[in-house]
Amino acid sequence: MSTMSTKSTENPHFQDHLMEHHHEENFFTKYIFTMDHKMIGKQFLVTGMFMGIIGVMMSMLFRLELAYPEQSFPILEFFLGKWAPDGVMSPDMYLALVTIHGTIMVFFVLTAGLSGTFSNLLIPLQIGARDMASGFLNALSYWFFAMSSVVMVVSLFVESGPASAGWTVYPPLSALPQAMPGSGAGMTLWLVSMTLFIVGSLLGSLNYIVTVLNMRTKGMSMTRLPLTIWAFFVTAILGVLSFPVLLSAALLLMFDRLLGTSFYLSDIFMGGEVLSYSGGSPVLYQHLFWFLGHPEVYIILLPALGISSEVIATNSRKPIFGYRAMVGSILAIAFLSFIVWGHHMFITGMNPFLGSVFTFTTLLIAIPSAVKAFNYITTLWKGNIQYTPAMMFSIGLVSTFVTGGLTGVILGDSALDINVHDTYFVVAHFHIVMGLSAIFGMFAGVYHWFPKMYGRMMNKSMGYAHFWLTFITAYGVFFPMHFLGMAGLPRRYYSNTAFPMFDNLADINVLITYFAIIGGIAQLIFIFNFFYSIWRGPKAPQNPWKANSLEWTTPVEHLHGNWPGEIPMVHRWAYDYSKPGAEEDFIPQNVPLAEGEESGH
Amino acid sequence: MNTVSIIVLVVLAILTLVQVMRISEVSSEIQGGKDNEVSEKDNDTQGRLMLLVGMGFVISVVVMYVVWGRLSLPEPSSEHGSEIDGLWNLSMLIINIVFFIVQPILFYFAYKYRGKKGTKAVHFAHNNKLELFWTVVPALALAVLIIWGLNVWSTLMMPENDEEPIVIELYAQQFNWTVRYSGSDNALGFASVYDIEGANIVGVDTQDAASADDVVTKELHLPVGKPVLFQFRSQDVIHSAYFPHFRAQMNCVPGATTNFQFTPTITTAEIRQNKDVKRHVEEVNAIRTAKGEDVWDFNYVLLCNKICGAAHYNMQMDIIVETEDEYNAWLNEQKTVAETL
Repeated sequence: MSTMSTKSTENPHFQDHLMEHHHEENFFTKYIFTMDHKMIGKQFLVTGMFMGIIGVMMSMLFRLELAYPEQSFPILEFFLGKWAPDGVMSPDMYLALVTIHGTIMVFFVLTAGLSGTFSNLLIPLQIGARDMASGFLNALSYWFFAMSSVVMVVSLFVESGPASAGWTVYPPLSALPQAMPGSGAGMTLWLVSMTLFIVGSLLGSLNYIVTVLNMRTKGMSMTRLPLTIWAFFVTAILGVLSFPVLLSAALLLMFDRLLGTSFYLSDIFMGGEVLSYSGGSPVLYQHLFWFLGHPEVYIILLPALGISSEVIATNSRKPIFGYRAMVGSILAIAFLSFIVWGHHMFITGMNPFLGSVFTFTTLLIAIPSAVKAFNYITTLWKGNIQYTPAMMFSIGLVSTFVTGGLTGVILGDSALDINVHDTYFVVAHFHIVMGLSAIFGMFAGVYHWFPKMYGRMMNKSMGYAHFWLTFITAYGVFFPMHFLGMAGLPRRYYSNTAFPMFDNLADINVLITYFAIIGGIAQLIFIFNFFYSIWRGPKAPQNPWKANSLEWTTPVEHLHGNWPGEIPMVHRWAYDYSKPGAEEDFIPQNVPLAEGEESGH
Repeated sequence: MNTVSIIVLVVLAILTLVQVMRISEVSSEIQGGKDNEVSEKDNDTQGRLMLLVGMGFVISVVVMYVVWGRLSLPEPSSEHGSEIDGLWNLSMLIINIVFFIVQPILFYFAYKYRGKKGTKAVHFAHNNKLELFWTVVPALALAVLIIWGLNVWSTLMMPENDEEPIVIELYAQQFNWTVRYSGSDNALGFASVYDIEGANIVGVDTQDAASADDVVTKELHLPVGKPVLFQFRSQDVIHSAYFPHFRAQMNCVPGATTNFQFTPTITTAEIRQNKDVKRHVEEVNAIRTAKGEDVWDFNYVLLCNKICGAAHYNMQMDIIVETEDEYNAWLNEQKTVAETL
């Protein structure tokens, strides 16, 4: 693989070279220690799905507790053992479940599972490259992610319980084992896992950036890139600039925990004595955490938006509306995402002037976001919409992106944030705008590129059923939460029964739990469809969706180097759908301009 | 045994599903094998469903507003609270207008432009005027919200005081609150975790002259109509002092002092007569009586709203807002630091 540099792609003997190596593959080189970007993408996807199953199951368990506080369920005892004596979930376990649910969904599913899968699969295929710039780094990136997943899963089984200080793990709660059982060995493993995760993410991101910048095929100018690639490219830049800051935050926290330093700790009285920490600031951690944490939201969201742009254009049989505005808004969102982190900290006691600045920058993000939403809708206008399951999930994404984005206008306003900060209003907001939009984008990606990944088609009818059940239950779970938040209900409460003023909200919590359980079970349709189709789905044609981008010019059977012959040259952008004068309603990027035809890009 | 039979059942269910899938695939192959491709009929069905479910969602939002709107917090009981609620209402109005325009359009387009054989989509790649329009309109709406929001924020954070606010310390620890009143000199004596000893649970420095008239209690009484400057401390982890009825919240950070000022405007006795509060109490008590629990009477409450450990969900304190006379009478009954320590 080391011979596969940029130069070798031009080598006419490349194919012979490939053939020599092809038959040497065995199980381990093909599926485990592969350096082929397509296989690495699938590794990310399957690992992400596995983690996703854990994360979603956890949410179903704590939803049970929220609907029926302190009641006994045999299933809780089955899964939680000593953490649910007589089937009643303990408060510590409740906090552990919400913490690990958040960590897994944010990092393991929606960062690695989404961006890792599709950046790996699509960047070389859509820009016309034989593979990533460095296949070895790419494989290393996956294996760091895999190790970090293993450590995270192992941390669930330590005696004192997994990390339970919330997914943001604010010190001092997370720093002091005396503060809660989950801040013992479970927290140490959490930090180890995140450190591995960050290393993996950085290796991957550097690779994506270099590949997009250096390995585009002839004719593939930046303005001819499909929006997926723009999204992955900018996401990778965000990751490279922000994850190191989280790494430093995690390392300092590790020092405070293990070496007795006081970066985040000061003046603490616990267990009947004053601890020896002095001079640190817990708010420093929050600044470092959210300096990653906010760009992280867009690390999650941008790939989903990129995927849906591609899927919506293809299946509306129309060019994406306002390509340059779409690229511009990705760049604007990415830039702004670095200067808004303080909106998570309006009420930490930081200088009110900072609050004003962060309110200003935060509300600005609404402008590029609005442009994106309107451009999606205009792309549908006068289209010829083909309802593939991927298209359904993309339309679902536009809906949740609008619904959740709008409440951001409230939460980004420091004055309004005061009274809904850390209530269910926030839970509703970020689950809809980031969680649902991203997971819908991920589903859209899986349904759309499944034929490219496995050479077979997923079952359409199961896809429809999966979409409708997911879409309805997702809103059913998260929309009512706005009303809980407006009633003042704080998040991360093990039970709301300690406050009679919340007694009349109990019915809503039961309703939400029903939706959550149905929605969770509905995902089995997807998992079944996924694995069944890998082995038994109908064989895929080369270009099942009649799409323009380059990945559909590769053969269905995977091969190292992607194209059997030379890499195709690109003559046009990826969105020549329904172009007047053309015979078909799509013109792939590698088709030369017809005589007299104008290229917009 | 139970576990084994569950596993066996799951395996059997998966095998059945696989067989069902295979049969349906074989039968579709016999009919030409196009069954898994998106047909015109699919586009029609799914397009119609988009309209149906999409509009159903929009209508269900209206229903939720009607049925659950009453669950929101009652009118604010603080001076600045009405400013927050005013801004809240304007923001909600704007985002609801956008929501109720954009969502129906999205689902209508999804239905209207569902694929039909023989039609060709319109090649419409960009339009600068249109794009400028929907860049400028949100920008203008946001400009209004930003300017108003920043105004409210600065009046909240830097209040202009006609009279000196009463200084009260709220002291947080896992999992309860303690209050320290500054006494007649309206100045809190120095305190730190290093001075915690025995009954001196908030670590007051008894050598500091300002601390002599401080009053440490487990009850939070506030006089109506008087500005109160809260100073927050925590001895262990981060807590958040959340006063939902007063639209106030501030984190309590170990190693630092934070503060928040507000003026209560409605006494506990008065708010209990508020019609929304009365209905709320009736509703809750109906539920509680049915479950055989104690009857509840409305009280302002202080909650912890930052995850702080196992009993985070029950870290609370009632707040009693009363007339100035009642407040003074109550405070005079309390023992000062000089008397207790």
